[in-house]
Amino acid sequence: MAKVEIESLSKRYGENFVVKDLSIDIPQGEFLVLLGPSGCGKTTTLRMIAGFVEPSAGRILLAGRDVTTLPPWKRNTGLVFQSYALFPHLSVEENVAFGLEMRKVSPAERRAAVSEALRLVRLEGFGARLPRQLSGGQQQRVALARALAFRPDVLLLDEPLSNLDAKLREEVRVEIRELQQKLGLTTVMVTHDQDEALSMADRLVVMAQGEARQIGTQHDLYERPADRFVAGFVGRSNFLDGGAAPDGLFLSTGGLRIACASRARGKGTLALRPEAVSVGPEAACLDNSFEGVVEYISYLGSVLDVRVRLSPQDRIIVQIANRSGEVLPKMGDTLKIGWPATAGRVFPEEGVSR
Amino acid sequence: MLQRSWRRLALDAAALASLAFILVPLVFVSWLAFFKQEIPSFPPEGYTLHWFSSMLTQKAIIDGFVMSAEVGVVATLVGLALGVPAALGLVRYMSWWGGAASTLLLMPLVVPAIVLGTAIYVAEVEAEILVYGFGIETPVIGTIGGLIAAHALIVLPWVVRLVTASLVGFDRSIEEAAQNLGATPMVTLRRITLPVIRPGVVAAALFAFVISFSNLELSLFLVGAGRTTLPIAILQYLEWKIDPTIAAASVVQIAIIAAAMLITDRFVKLTQVV
Repeated sequence: MAKVEIESLSKRYGENFVVKDLSIDIPQGEFLVLLGPSGCGKTTTLRMIAGFVEPSAGRILLAGRDVTTLPPWKRNTGLVFQSYALFPHLSVEENVAFGLEMRKVSPAERRAAVSEALRLVRLEGFGARLPRQLSGGQQQRVALARALAFRPDVLLLDEPLSNLDAKLREEVRVEIRELQQKLGLTTVMVTHDQDEALSMADRLVVMAQGEARQIGTQHDLYERPADRFVAGFVGRSNFLDGGAAPDGLFLSTGGLRIACASRARGKGTLALRPEAVSVGPEAACLDNSFEGVVEYISYLGSVLDVRVRLSPQDRIIVQIANRSGEVLPKMGDTLKIGWPATAGRVFPEEGVSR
Repeated sequence: MLQRSWRRLALDAAALASLAFILVPLVFVSWLAFFKQEIPSFPPEGYTLHWFSSMLTQKAIIDGFVMSAEVGVVATLVGLALGVPAALGLVRYMSWWGGAASTLLLMPLVVPAIVLGTAIYVAEVEAEILVYGFGIETPVIGTIGGLIAAHALIVLPWVVRLVTASLVGFDRSIEEAAQNLGATPMVTLRRITLPVIRPGVVAAALFAFVISFSNLELSLFLVGAGRTTLPIAILQYLEWKIDPTIAAASVVQIAIIAAAMLITDRFVKLTQVV
């Protein structure tokens, strides 16, 4: 395993940038997740690292070696495909051995490496089966073993969990993460699922329209989102349109005067996490305190999502814990809500939207 | 409920009628081969194996068998060598002219074989004159090479069609996976692509051989003096005599093709690819 360096990488089709000026250093052993909606360039980036897409500009270094112009078979990356892409005519063992065979590893060493890889993914005893005789989860683990067996410089995961059902997905998340940490694998994973991204990554790259909007840890992205897009894509946010006035005030289009810590000026958007909003009597003594009408309630079991209308243009979703013995709000109720000035974050308008 | 069983019955009847339509000639030819009398007529006066031994004494028929088998095998190999890459190219790398190329490759199916035979004969004459013009005296007309080339031409559409069909729905990410694991494109083709489409290739080979083995019209124009394929030998025999020897030869031919199909079916399920 080794470090991966990506230097001002771009992919352009005509005038259209699919990936634009992306630079990331991935230290050895890091689990990096490329997160973004479909069409944001995350898969193209992964395929450029693997060598299936030729960059228009920039460089890729694996273990300090410039591989930008090398074909896939000379790169030493281990890619797990979304569809698993197991060889249907070869047994599990032969699938896992393929990378070693291509590297002319002796049969004895090959056998040892294959059984080690199958042990890591808990598939001992499945070596003689054909891929179609395995369940989806087992096939996924064969694909992982195949990508690991020849000790690649970097493990690449292309939406590896999207074909599994929800329950299995959470188990496999933990398994992959534990394996990655145990073996110290430098890993790049692509996903559009923010839960998956947040639960597995050491560091994340949030991508949109081919650009890295923010690179950082889960904490960085959640607590200090770089722009409105990141605030909306990582976790949930309420957005109020309006403009920032001097002396730390934000005037919403609906006429609310909101105290905030931001020093931005001009038109913009105020972002507010639902869980930062307090409800009930204690809301009255916070920096911002408003009354609103309950418009809509989603009962989610442990919590309720309640949409409150503060003005004809301003609506906020708040989360209320479902504790026994408490009276829960009903549609049409008037509710007191409030939040501290530090909870709101103002993003200046920049023509960028979700 | 009643209506459904009626429909079911109608379907079964239609299937049975079609099957009979296909099988009746085969059954009659096979039956005829064992008739005792020389002029085929009903009812049979008795049964004999005489016509099979009579067939074995007909040198033209035996030579035709050998010739047809040789031409069939070589034409099939040539057809595969050209058709498999053509199918891969058509499915993978063609853009707007792929449709045109695909149609062109099917042309030999559309042109009547007798016209094709004439055209190839004329082309062979021209080719011989052309090479003679360069001072090389090589026969082209009536050579076995020319016959094999012509047979390769008529088996090509079948090979391309069957291999193309097996490539549709082929998951290309397994080829990428092979390359990711260190396989060059050639190794990927040999170790991954060809084994996965093998059923289509085997079926194509079988069809190609059968098409070539039973072809009459094309061969008529292209065989050299004293050399005949089995269908020509049968035709020539029929010009002089109508006795069950020919039926016996047909039974042997049917048996050989049936055996080829059964053996193939053991390796690939033909029903899945055709």
